[in-house]
Parts: sequence; structure tokens; C-alpha cells
Amino acid sequence: MIDVMYFAWVRERIGEPHEALETEATTVAELVAELKTRDPRYEAAFADLSALRVAVDQELANFDAPLKGVREVAFFPPMTGG
Amino acid sequence: MDIRVQSDPFQPGEALDTFCDGPTDVGAVVSFTGIVRDTGGLTRMEIEHYPGMTERAISEIARRATERWALSRCLVIHRYGSLVPGDRIMMVATASRHRAAAFEAAQYLMDYLKSRAPFWKKEFGPDGAEWVAATDEDEDALNRW
Repeated sequence: MIDVMYFAWVRERIGEPHEALETEATTVAELVAELKTRDPRYEAAFADLSALRVAVDQELANFDAPLKGVREVAFFPPMTGG
Repeated sequence: MDIRVQSDPFQPGEALDTFCDGPTDVGAVVSFTGIVRDTGGLTRMEIEHYPGMTERAISEIARRATERWALSRCLVIHRYGSLVPGDRIMMVATASRHRAAAFEAAQYLMDYLKSRAPFWKKEFGPDGAEWVAATDEDEDALNRW
């Protein structure tokens, strides 16, 4: 079970701040591909991966990051702090 | 290293004054305060963050700055939640033996907080709401370090 979190407009497009998922995906990219087949909301949120950033267990990561042993994956747009 | 992520307002003057107290091997303190700017019709701003990761990411940025410039002390305050123009969003302060290190470290902290700390701003105005987009300049600013 992986906790998947969404922030900013990704959260708005998907309509949930987070969800717990059972998945066979072995990488973040596979998880994205799996989500996109579930519902058009995910298709809308993940349409352009270059506009998205991902964190794996609260560390910035790449879309090819492995999911083995991972507890938390987060998707969000580029950050705008400061 | 003092990292505070909070929804409550803070007093930059008070925070700076407290920051100046401490071990006296410090000869220079630099501080920066970020304020919500009204870019024309902005009524309020919502800042969202990623609890847990935010503190981790800022601590890591502050740790690297502290090491690189041998800072004596370092303070980061960043708010989230609902803010209006004029509100203080965030503050950094750095303390070192000499001023060059304190200035540079403060700029480094600001550049990294801008695009590597998990905050997202949404602006509300008369025409609706819009997420603030990151800019190429924000990303380019990291290259100088």
C-alpha cells in the first residue's frame, strides 16, 4: 500500500488531497501510467509530465524512481516558495 | 538552525532582535523579509505546503548553507495559509563572523526556498483565482551556486 499525495492544481484536478493505493507499479512512471487508465481526472492531471514534480518518501525524485519499499509518493507542480 | 513553518503571523523585528542575541563570535547578521505584493487587484493569497517534507527540505537547504558559509546561526520562518497584501510571508536571517558570508548565505537560502521548498501559492483577485507559476529565472538563480 502506497500513500499518494497531490498538491496545488494537481490536487484540484484529481479532487483528492491523498489516497492509499494498492499497485503493482515498480516505478513512479508506471504508477502514473496506471493512474491514467483509472479515470479521466488522472489523465487531466498527468497530461504533461514536464509540468510536474514528484517526491518519493518526501525527497524530490525522478519519474523513473523505483517504488520498492516506498511508503509515500507525492505529485505537484514546480514549487513557488519564498 | 531555527526552522519554523507556521500559519500564524510573526514579527520580523522581534525575530531579528532575538536572532542577534547569542554567542558573540558573530560580527554580521543579514535578514530578508518577504511581503505579499499586490500586483494589481490581488485580494488574498493561499499558500499550500507539504507538511513533513517542508520542514525536511528547508532543514536540508539550511544545513548546506550553514556548512558552505560556516554560519554561526541561521533562521527560516515561512508561513502557509491565507495571507493578504502587506502580510509578511517569510523571513531568513543568517549570522556569521563577517558580512560577505551572511549576505551570500541569505541569498542562497532565498534562491533555494523559492523553488526547492514545497510551497505553492494561489492568488485570488476580482477575475478569479490562479496558481502562481514557477519561472525560468527561479530555476536559473540556482545555477549560480
